[in-house]
Amino acid sequence: MTLKQISVFLENKKGRLAEVTGLIAAEKINIRALSLADTTDFGVLRLIVNDPDKCFDVLKKNNFVAQQTDVIAVEVSDEPGGLQKILDVFNDNDVNIEYMYAFVEKKSDNAIVIFRIDQPDRAIEVLEKNKITVLSSEIINKL
Amino acid sequence: MIWNPHYESMEREKLIKIQSERLCELVDRVYRKVPFYRKRMDEKGVKPRDIDHISNITKLPFLTKDDMRDVYPFKLLAVDPIDIVEVHTSSGTTGKPVVDAYTRQDIAIWSEAMARTLAMGDTSRTDSVHNAYGYGLFTGGLGVHYGARLIGANVIPISGGNTARQLAILQDFKSTVLTCTPSYSLYLAEVAGEQGLDFKNMSLRVGLFGAEPWSEGMRREIESKLHLKALDIYGLTEIIGPGVSSECEYQDGLHICEDLFYPEIVNPQTGEVLPDGEKGELVITTLTKQGTPVLRYRTRDITYLNHEPCRCGRTAVRMHRLLGRTDDMLIIRGVNVFPSQIEEVLLRIEGIEPHYQLVIDRREQLDNLEVLVEMNEKLFSDEIKNLERFEQEISEGLFAALGIHTRVKLVEPKSIPRSEGKAKRVVDKRQL
Repeated sequence: MTLKQISVFLENKKGRLAEVTGLIAAEKINIRALSLADTTDFGVLRLIVNDPDKCFDVLKKNNFVAQQTDVIAVEVSDEPGGLQKILDVFNDNDVNIEYMYAFVEKKSDNAIVIFRIDQPDRAIEVLEKNKITVLSSEIINKL
Repeated sequence: MIWNPHYESMEREKLIKIQSERLCELVDRVYRKVPFYRKRMDEKGVKPRDIDHISNITKLPFLTKDDMRDVYPFKLLAVDPIDIVEVHTSSGTTGKPVVDAYTRQDIAIWSEAMARTLAMGDTSRTDSVHNAYGYGLFTGGLGVHYGARLIGANVIPISGGNTARQLAILQDFKSTVLTCTPSYSLYLAEVAGEQGLDFKNMSLRVGLFGAEPWSEGMRREIESKLHLKALDIYGLTEIIGPGVSSECEYQDGLHICEDLFYPEIVNPQTGEVLPDGEKGELVITTLTKQGTPVLRYRTRDITYLNHEPCRCGRTAVRMHRLLGRTDDMLIIRGVNVFPSQIEEVLLRIEGIEPHYQLVIDRREQLDNLEVLVEMNEKLFSDEIKNLERFEQEISEGLFAALGIHTRVKLVEPKSIPRSEGKAKRVVDKRQL
């Protein structure tokens, strides 16, 4: 029950981010969540979209270097200590997080956190063992 | 296939005899007919009678690129102007162009040298040669053309540019031999990829690439992307154009047509002649040229010689593929750096493509060398730490090879300008 995340290489140049979002918008692809990690010279844009395959094709066709990666989406109650519970589970089970980012859900009181983990299957296993819901792409797209 | 075994596989003793005879005749001729050479020889106190053997060549004065500009356009002419049938020039990007004027016999010599070159790639009457070197004043296009004509192969004189059409013609005409600059061959492969064409489905067997220095790494890249055997060929306008030397099928040094072009390696600082195996500047004398003969021309190309006979059966001396040029040598914080050294380091790293550029800048009296490397799917990672580790790997590799710190910058694909001729690898922003 992993999600496909699209990551894109961007040089730190004026207008590059807008170019990517413009291409995606033109194809009527909806961005559900995003994060931008940056260094002095370049950045990596990570996107969760409703149609990852199409998004990947559009970017490649326009000479962007893009990649699809499996990530996990977890629902977290939007209250103090909500995230802590999940991190404790990962910590107790030696699951290492490469990076993460969050967005707030519109239709409920929950937040959604995207985790990039080396072994996503094992992460899902420990989460489920601890009765934490891992969201499927269908659910993410319906939000 | 050896085009002219008589000369290309000649015993050394016999060859030295021929070279000696040709040199004596040449020196005698230019002393009489070219005031420029007479003056230079007189200044050095050398008379034609002092030159009775090829080994005396070291007594003769050198000819430099600056001299070539001073004699522009026709002061080296050693024949009646009416005997000139064709003229070529260098691009002249760094000053006045160099002029090469050919008699009918010079064109025959050039054709012979290029037939030998093409035959190193086994080119025969059954081949179609897709010649993407530029036709015109540049020597590349017509040089290949004359050689292929002498062999009797089918020449497709497509010249440079219009890459989409090049690919269509390559495919439709089923050409077997490709001639162009190495960087353009990779550009062809890139555009083919974008158009969904695969070189696997083309008929190319061998490519003869020259007119700019390239590395072993780039050879591997070209061979795997274009599905052909890539041979390095060498020549320059000052001497005749392409045809001075070429690799045989063993790809282990370029055989020089030394019955026509006599090579020496000298120390670029002192001019002292160096033995086999020692790196230095290549110096060439045109033993048979009539129109604009050249005595001891300093090519500024860095290489070394190897007189061991080759497995291919040729005895003609081999020069190592160019190691750099004395004039594209960069001096960065006092250290001599050749762009070819950087290319070698980059292409050793898995996944890097030969699209890179060197930008040199001076900030606060200190030189900075920035190496731009294009990102591609093989190298990309969604994790910043992997990308930074990769930059560091390049930087460490460069430090090990060059002894200076460089700044590596990853850039987006296709952001480094592509060239249809010679690649522009270096941008020097220093104002000295």
